Amino acid sequence: MKDFPILGNNDTRSGFGAGLLELGRTNPNVVALCADLTGSLKMDAFEKEFPDRFFQVGIAEANMIGLAAGMTIGGKIPFTGTFANFSTGRVYDQIRQSVAYSGKNVKICASHAGVTLGEDGATHQILEDIGLMQMLPGMTVINPCDYNQTKAATIAIAKHEGPVYLRFGRPKVPVFIPEDQPFEIGKALLLQAGTDVTIFATGHLVWQSILAARELEKEGVSAEIINLHTIKPLDREAIIRSVRKTKRVVTAEEHQILGGMGSAVAQVLGAEFPAPMAFVGVKDKFGESGTPEELLEKYGMSAADIVRAAKSLF
Amino acid sequence: MAELQELQRIASQVRRDIVRMVHAVNSGHPGGSLGCTDFLTTLWFHTMRTNAPSWDMNGRNEDLFFLSNGHISPVIYSVLSRKGYFPISELATFRKLNSRLQGHPATKEKLPGVRIASGSLGQGLSVGIGAAETKKLNGDKHLVFTLHGDGELQEGQIWEAAMYAAHRKVDNIIATVDLNGQQIDGSTEHVMSLGNLEAKWAAFGWIVLTMNGHNLNEIISTLDKAKNLCGQGKPIVILMKTEMGKGVDFMEGTHKWHGVAPNDAQLASALAQLEETLGDY
Repeated sequence: MKDFPILGNNDTRSGFGAGLLELGRTNPNVVALCADLTGSLKMDAFEKEFPDRFFQVGIAEANMIGLAAGMTIGGKIPFTGTFANFSTGRVYDQIRQSVAYSGKNVKICASHAGVTLGEDGATHQILEDIGLMQMLPGMTVINPCDYNQTKAATIAIAKHEGPVYLRFGRPKVPVFIPEDQPFEIGKALLLQAGTDVTIFATGHLVWQSILAARELEKEGVSAEIINLHTIKPLDREAIIRSVRKTKRVVTAEEHQILGGMGSAVAQVLGAEFPAPMAFVGVKDKFGESGTPEELLEKYGMSAADIVRAAKSLF
Repeated sequence: MAELQELQRIASQVRRDIVRMVHAVNSGHPGGSLGCTDFLTTLWFHTMRTNAPSWDMNGRNEDLFFLSNGHISPVIYSVLSRKGYFPISELATFRKLNSRLQGHPATKEKLPGVRIASGSLGQGLSVGIGAAETKKLNGDKHLVFTLHGDGELQEGQIWEAAMYAAHRKVDNIIATVDLNGQQIDGSTEHVMSLGNLEAKWAAFGWIVLTMNGHNLNEIISTLDKAKNLCGQGKPIVILMKTEMGKGVDFMEGTHKWHGVAPNDAQLASALAQLEETLGDY
């Protein structure tokens, strides 16, 4: 299998911050709102360079979503920033009515998703946000896997007309997507071709899937790795094409397995091409405090769990 | 004053539209709609500077209005159609399948005049302030108007938005609160007392004006005063005393007509009290 050289070690939220800064320089309609987490969301560079287009809203997320919806009227493209829990669960009705139902061009940008935010514990570790957002009609849901992909996704969503949920995280993780890799919303990215099992992965678990595929290769199993950075709209064709070949499926996401990316893939395959599946993700539990590595292991989302899931299908 | 008489004639027709619309589908919210008729007629036909009947979502270089208490959709639909945004015949589709006139205002069906969905309460002030911020960024000197129910002030998001607008000196917005003192389960005093609203809004950093929402002269002069106070670093709120059900004697002053439609006899009685001035739809 391919080498996947590590190009660096960085957090996906910094990719968002870099993408937002670039948008500030290239698109005068882009504005940013933040609920008292400017440093955590890496929005400080945008704030410094474009103070007139940055809106500090304080600890008032419901108001932030409503403001963003209103700002689109007159042509602005608002990017809201706070933690994933406060970007979704806390403001679900505001997003539903003022953004999604109203068809507003708001980009909801959410950091610290999943257990890998670490020590802050379960109050902040939302594992239900993909499900909440993908249920909303017209909402695009994107969960990039590394710094470069997050930066590219941030820039790409400004060109997309309509509401978007962009999910990223806190820990520094390997950077392995080339800087010049184009980001196409809704188009799955084939990272590694294989013949025996397809691993569909999103977010931080894409890197874990690469580590898992290396282990599987040692044991004579050829894994195809597909990066489903866009969970909605889902690339149905790419999913079916791959599984027609491999006949076995593992999904890997830092999210509840109920209602997340794996559920969405299962819905496509159940209707179009039923195949044995194993789901790597959180199994109906809340998280807890710990280091990101410890938590991925305890909650069954490490490379070893992906290897086990794949082998269970043979 | 000729214009005052014209506004009264429009308001009478709007009231007829309201009771006929809710009667036709045996659902909807006549009480608050009738209570806000004088205000919305004056706002749209006297105060606001719009590009009507031409309309687009971005609303550049015109005043904007956001209805936050979306359940009083009959009154805004009537006013918008009478303003020429869409045919008055479309009022007959209110709350029916495949209509652009949804039970609560929505944008999905692309009804001209509606720029945000509302119904789930407490969200329209944030939206209006956001639109006002964009007007500032665009160098657009026009204003943003919003309308809220008094019961709606029980939603926390209203006060998040109030705090924000004062902090950010959003001085191109005029919010109006319909103080009819009623909500679904009874009087606001009984359900959840709002306390001293003048003091509350003032403490949140807003300029507070008050008016009688059924005195057209007072509505005109208060809105003129509010417009003159814009651009001075503070957001403006108008606390408007109204009577729920105003104009239909058996609906006046009670929360019982919040979300109930009149029957045939009640409709006849209501219409007998309201002159047909511009022609029924």
